[in-house]
Amino acid sequence: MSVTTDPVALNQWIPCAWNGQIRPGATRDTQILGQPIRVTCAPDGAISCNVLDGAAGAVGRALPVTQKFEIIFATLGSDPRPLPKIHEFDEPGRRIANCGSVGVNTSPFRIVENFLDMAHFCFVHTDILGAVDQTEVLSYKCEVRPDADEVWATDCRFFQPAASKSAATNGKGQLTHYKYRVMSPFSVMLYKNVFGREDLDDAICVFIQPKTETECIAYMTMALVDEGSTMTQIIDFQQSIFLQDRIILENQRPALLSFAPNAEIPTKADLSSIAFRRWLKASGITFGTVKEAA
Amino acid sequence: MVIRLYDYTLSGSCYKVRLMLGFLGLGYQAVPVDFYPGREHKTLDFLDINPLGQLPVLEDDGLRLRDAQAIIAYLANKYDNSGQWLPRDPDLFGQVMMWVLFASGELMAASAARLHDALGYPFDIAAVRANAHAAFRVLDDHLAERAIEGKTWIVGDSPTIADIACC
Repeated sequence: MSVTTDPVALNQWIPCAWNGQIRPGATRDTQILGQPIRVTCAPDGAISCNVLDGAAGAVGRALPVTQKFEIIFATLGSDPRPLPKIHEFDEPGRRIANCGSVGVNTSPFRIVENFLDMAHFCFVHTDILGAVDQTEVLSYKCEVRPDADEVWATDCRFFQPAASKSAATNGKGQLTHYKYRVMSPFSVMLYKNVFGREDLDDAICVFIQPKTETECIAYMTMALVDEGSTMTQIIDFQQSIFLQDRIILENQRPALLSFAPNAEIPTKADLSSIAFRRWLKASGITFGTVKEAA
Repeated sequence: MVIRLYDYTLSGSCYKVRLMLGFLGLGYQAVPVDFYPGREHKTLDFLDINPLGQLPVLEDDGLRLRDAQAIIAYLANKYDNSGQWLPRDPDLFGQVMMWVLFASGELMAASAARLHDALGYPFDIAAVRANAHAAFRVLDDHLAERAIEGKTWIVGDSPTIADIACC
């Protein structure tokens, strides 16, 4: 596809590499919103980003870049929506896990909706995030928070046989408490209570790089409380979960998200997804969605 | 002495070994390797364990082995007293080895396609996909013929390491 003209999509910070992905002195060619770009890591570690123009890929204008949450972001817009505040990443004692990124061939919004969905836990993450004999999604609350312009789902609870690497090691299930937060059209996170603790939440984020409307790269970063697991074990756990989702995501049809009320039939458990679609539609974004006939 | 497996959960090759260990009822100690994003399998420490910089690696009783196909053949040879998984009958043995080597040869194009799509490896994806489709066609045709003959497994009348290698 050619670069999008959608102003809402253009005015977002888009992930284009994770910290450490590009060695000093090396570059990474990729795409954001249909625009080929080159991310460069200078010998001193400084990061820059340029668009690549035309079929020959000539190095063109420089793009604004910023680094946060173990990710390098760039924007094609002149007035990007600010990156969210996630204070857990600045909290002393947190383990910051950079799980790298995984390619997913679907719309960015399918990835967000899958992340919000609890009903699939039992079937896609069987015996880990859900058990087949406890499939009910208990009722939860959902709202758009006008101050931050974010979608939040709260009071979410789900029985999980192995809610995290820490829980899996300890071999006991728990009723996990969740909060979900859509931070921008292309980023979503959840808070889930640390295994065995009601007063502390792990923060787990997905930032999405839409290369095109239906080709994405998902970046996973986390700020966890887990003193027992190695970083390799923590990353392995999260990647295993995400790769289970990936199979489902790439088989959803259509890949683009539809705003038409009769296109897909939601249930009560999809409250957060309904709120997300309404919020998304109200933003005026069309990138990554089914274009409705006028 | 405990069997030790240098392992990455998402690796199809490591999965073959875990599956074989499971079918043989063998306990083992997994040593998780940060294949991605850490590229731990290319570090000097890991190259000491496997100079090819590849997973899986199995250690058993002082022996260290690399290559999923070699490992599952070793495990079947040593631990499967029934001889079912690695048949000694000359015809069956020959066919099993043919499909095991197909799994480590032509069929690896499918793994390359996954590495490209999921982890961004810089492969020629069109060529890799075409090779993977060609390999799957050969396997599919064989399985179709077997099904017509009323057979279930790639070779013989029971599962062998050929089925594990091609899974």
